[in-house]
Amino acid sequence: MNEETLDVRGLLCPMPVIRTQNRVKTLAAGQRLEVVGSDPGMLSDIPAWCRINGHRLLDSRRDGGNIVVVLEVGANG
Amino acid sequence: MKQVKAVSLISGGLDSMLAAKVVLDQGVHVEGINFYTGFCVEGHTHAIRRQDQNKQKRNNALWVAEQLGIKLHIVDIIEEYKDVVINPKHGYGANLNPCLDCKVFMVNKAREWMLENGFDFIITGEVIGQRPMSQRRDTMRIVSRDSGADDVLLRPLCAKTLVPTLPERAGWVDREKLYGFNGRGRKPQIELARRFGFEDFAQPAGGCCFLTDESYARKLADLWRARGSKIYELDDIMLLKVGRHIRPQPHYKLIIAREAGETQFLMGYRKAYTHLFPVSHGGPLTLVDGQVDATDLQLAARIVARFSQGRDADQVDIALVEHGEQRVITVTPLRAEELPQEWYL
Ligand code: SF4
Repeated sequence: MNEETLDVRGLLCPMPVIRTQNRVKTLAAGQRLEVVGSDPGMLSDIPAWCRINGHRLLDSRRDGGNIVVVLEVGANG
Repeated sequence: MKQVKAVSLISGGLDSMLAAKVVLDQGVHVEGINFYTGFCVEGHTHAIRRQDQNKQKRNNALWVAEQLGIKLHIVDIIEEYKDVVINPKHGYGANLNPCLDCKVFMVNKAREWMLENGFDFIITGEVIGQRPMSQRRDTMRIVSRDSGADDVLLRPLCAKTLVPTLPERAGWVDREKLYGFNGRGRKPQIELARRFGFEDFAQPAGGCCFLTDESYARKLADLWRARGSKIYELDDIMLLKVGRHIRPQPHYKLIIAREAGETQFLMGYRKAYTHLFPVSHGGPLTLVDGQVDATDLQLAARIVARFSQGRDADQVDIALVEHGEQRVITVTPLRAEELPQEWYL
């Protein structure tokens, strides 16, 4: 599976969203991105960002001390 | 006819939301742009304080975009923005808010984005007379001119009181359906929000960023004084939002967490700073900002003890971590009268 990872641990929102946005720009539709961070704000901000910009949220969860969000790049992101 | 496209500055507040909506409703394709300066009220402050953790957290700019059904581009301008904060051509407002330079900067950025992305004009939520510094008739003209946006900057909420811009003259938008708000009042905006069915929108008091906050600005001014020049890194300005700041001597200050959420937040910085925490009693994590010697650390430890649960004890053990090495010292908590009010920033 074509999945990339982005480490945004230690960054506070909205930086994780900005980094996600900038990485997604370099990906093709259908590609998956796993974002690993520490700010719980990610759990609401990245899904909202996905809804707005037409990407598919595959997972968002707390994983130990980390926050993990997985998305699939949409067709007209 | 080609689809006309506009980029709308979205702060997360009501006015920019209304401005975008007014143009959107005229059939223009609108996308939002939001600038992250590091000082924005948005976002992370919620993450810091534990008591807020169960509250609904949201980024207002994202929320606005979702309500409007538009895309939002968030741009990190932290580095470039420093020059705006440090050397504002038009000076500061009531605190350290360089609102006029800030507006010029952001509209110019939006203009660059507009050109790169083949958009036709820019929308802002400015209202004449709404803000003392950046939203006056004369200063709004400066924003148009110095940003280079001029004729392609549309302010839908007060357009009727201004000279028609290109989007109006070209018929991309119908000037008759724009507004002529002016003055400090909020009534017309609230009324328009109601008509659009907007609820639960954010109404930031003072402004959209921490630079308008008096106590924040005081701490930033102190930082500049202590460093001998107006410089800052993102970490510095983040830390100004957190904890009690106490400066016992010009060459160092202490950042003391006020509750568990702040301790958690400061933990993220402990590798970069000398820090202290009580071990014999419960108490806050404290960072030391500045170069300190043994005497300074002794005093710092006594201050930390004062803010620990051992404040009334004879002795408190304080762990001290310097360059990754931890040792424990035993101190008497500082008494209230030994902690002058002037040390608090
Ligand atoms: S309040 Fe802050 S973000 Fe808003 S215009 Fe003024 S300086 Fe810029």
